[in-house]
Amino acid sequence: MTISTPSAATSSNRSFLRCHVFSTDHKVIGRAYFFLSLAAVLVGAWLSLLMRIHLVWPKATLLLLGEIKPENYLAQLTMHGTLMVFFVLSTVPQSGFGTFFLPLQLGASNMAFPRLTAAGFWTALLSFCVLMAAFFVPGGPSGAGWTQYPPLSALASAGPGQALGTDLWLASIGLFCLSSLMSAVGFVATTIHHRAPGMAWLRMPLTCWSWFVTSLLILLAFGILLAAVVLLMLDRHAGTSFFIPGGLLVSGKAIAHSGGSPLMWQHLFWFFGHPEVYIAILPAMGVTSHLLSVFARKPVFGYKAMVGATLAIGALGFMVWGHHMFVSGMNPYAGFAFSTLTTAIAVPSAIKTFNWVATLYGGRIRYVTPLLFSAGFVSLFITGGLTGPILAQPALDTYLHDTYFVVAHFHLIMAMAGVFAIFSATYFWFPKMFGRMMNETSGRWHFWITLFGAYATFMPMHLLGIAGHPRRYSELSGVQYVTAMAPLQKFITVAVIVTLAGQVIFLVNLFWSMFKGRKAEANPWECTTLEWTLKSPAPAEGFGDQRPQVNHGPYEYNISGAEKDFVMQDAPAS
Amino acid sequence: MSRVLRLALLLIVVGCIYLFVAHPYWFPAGVSASSAPIDHQFRIAFWVFGALFIVGHLVLIFVLSKKPPEDGKISTGSWRLEVTWTLAVTIIFFWFNISGERLWSRIMPSARQAGEIEIEVTGAQFQWYFRYPGADRVFGRIDASKFAKPDEGNPLGIDPSDPSGHDDILSTAMIVPVGHSVHLHLRAQDVIHSLFIPAMRFKQDTVPGMEIHSHFTPTQTGNYEIACAELCGMGHYRMRAMVRVLSEDDFQRWIKAQEAAAAGH
Repeated sequence: MTISTPSAATSSNRSFLRCHVFSTDHKVIGRAYFFLSLAAVLVGAWLSLLMRIHLVWPKATLLLLGEIKPENYLAQLTMHGTLMVFFVLSTVPQSGFGTFFLPLQLGASNMAFPRLTAAGFWTALLSFCVLMAAFFVPGGPSGAGWTQYPPLSALASAGPGQALGTDLWLASIGLFCLSSLMSAVGFVATTIHHRAPGMAWLRMPLTCWSWFVTSLLILLAFGILLAAVVLLMLDRHAGTSFFIPGGLLVSGKAIAHSGGSPLMWQHLFWFFGHPEVYIAILPAMGVTSHLLSVFARKPVFGYKAMVGATLAIGALGFMVWGHHMFVSGMNPYAGFAFSTLTTAIAVPSAIKTFNWVATLYGGRIRYVTPLLFSAGFVSLFITGGLTGPILAQPALDTYLHDTYFVVAHFHLIMAMAGVFAIFSATYFWFPKMFGRMMNETSGRWHFWITLFGAYATFMPMHLLGIAGHPRRYSELSGVQYVTAMAPLQKFITVAVIVTLAGQVIFLVNLFWSMFKGRKAEANPWECTTLEWTLKSPAPAEGFGDQRPQVNHGPYEYNISGAEKDFVMQDAPAS
Repeated sequence: MSRVLRLALLLIVVGCIYLFVAHPYWFPAGVSASSAPIDHQFRIAFWVFGALFIVGHLVLIFVLSKKPPEDGKISTGSWRLEVTWTLAVTIIFFWFNISGERLWSRIMPSARQAGEIEIEVTGAQFQWYFRYPGADRVFGRIDASKFAKPDEGNPLGIDPSDPSGHDDILSTAMIVPVGHSVHLHLRAQDVIHSLFIPAMRFKQDTVPGMEIHSHFTPTQTGNYEIACAELCGMGHYRMRAMVRVLSEDDFQRWIKAQEAAAAGH
């Protein structure tokens, strides 16, 4: 092994493997993350389809799969949540697009620690494989949900999937934590140290601001989760009792543990888990802010307020975890504090929403697919966000907690809004990543189906929750008032089938465009940021020896006196 | 395209309004003392946040329809506007927050009340048990890992050597008198469960290793379903029980009969 710093500039005598597989080039790694997330989202979406079908047609026999049993449902639910939260929502907006575009937007030749960034990806891939392996072990994957509350997750005898399946889950998430930490260190160092000359903090695109703040959240949050999964693993195999109290009787057998606290897991998990929500959504917000400005041909309204709101959300994100625990047995007095702090975090979120709307106001809006998905993001963010202050109240959450109301809330604000930002980023950056344009017509059809599909799927879930339908029920037959809600559940399943069918349009468009799409010029969207100064696809050597000199802010659209309606960040100072 | 997008957003707003106006499912009628204030708070939330949802979307639609200004002047921001809307949402959100905090302190009594009905609730995969202390008003000691024998009528593991446990009454339904505060001692035998009684607007996790205390006061006789609201394993979806709210007389008759049966053991 040589000591020299690997450079992104790959000489022609390097092998294919070195250039495209074991590369330390941030662009190769970013693309690899993109495909990893694509694999994860396909599995995750397939699982949601199986779950929805089983829920409303429990006796249905599926081709090749047979009948789905309650324990299969719980395994699917756990894997769906884990894949979507970790491998999709926390991976592609940050590690995928971030690794690819952070250095380019900052005018850097590569990430600060290229080998560490590469190691982060390979660890994430290993983590994904370990998680998938759970499908093939006796008992199948864990059925304890992505939150893995002990003692259910701590004791192999508590149910099928609680043996090897849960060990694999814990191992996978432990690896994922390491992967995220490795990746985040690179983000922070790159942002602080690798900015091009003239790229002052307040000239950074809002995407870079959100990747930076998200990396700080990752560094603080994922360490906690890593500690928690190690402790849980020790409880399972080393005889410790961090989370297992004494006197338990599980499946007719006494458990030889004593003194642990199941609530401690919940505190550790949510101390990670709530920042995790922002780890997933901050990069999505960044992309949305960026694209609204690009396609409204207007500067972001209130750039500094946006930066401030991003920082405020990041900071407050660590103080609200208890709102997941109002009915957990946590001291009810703690509910007062967590309720107020949670309400406080709604304020910077609202500031962002206002600024998005104000950015669109009076713009020469170009209605291309990325803009449509960004507008969809704003709509979903409003809809999903407004149930937040309701759930933040312990008295109301007592009733709504762990019902479909919560499922509707977080799927709209985190999952759907997040996915819409991922889609807009994909359509937007595809030319820079793959050198070709995605098809506009099918992009629009994809948008309409997904927008209506998202609302048709998740709006009715509010009603189920209001009527008291608990989540994570594998069948509707067990409780009478739940059985009565079957017709609406059927409607939702149909909406899910249509929505997922619509995603085929996206997949076809993605792969067709990769090989057959119209060749993209350097700056097809007429943007100002530095990645568009390079040809498409971004060449392996990046900026090479020509480090850009930044003279302008990131959102100089329709500035009076300029020749065109946009001024590149590296244009000569006027 | 602008027009199509605006129309789509409008359709979504109209669809959502229709959904909530038609509301094929809604809260079950509230039958506990805290139901009315909780429902009232939810109604406020529903109107305030429903209105914000509609207004938010109408503003979005309006903005998308707005032509660029003639003079080509472009705004990059305005601190006056930022401060105005920040203050506006802060006032709305915190006004709602404070009313919620008051409600929370009202429905979580911090002191025990006289004449409460004491019931111990135990969640076990996938069954609820309700235990009454019997004539001596004292629950017998429990150690599930030592004494539990589900087949011999002792699923909770009441210590046979503890005399205060001899008159304890065990039931698979929660029987309570109307109009009395019910004081629950919530426990779990194996994993976390959650006692959810929608009609009482009541939910509380039961956590192994902890005894959690909680209250509710039924205000109407009848039978109400209990569901489990915390994922507890395979049978989570069928971990169901009933609350039977009886008149004072019927409850006394029931409890006397149970106490007599326990004494006859």
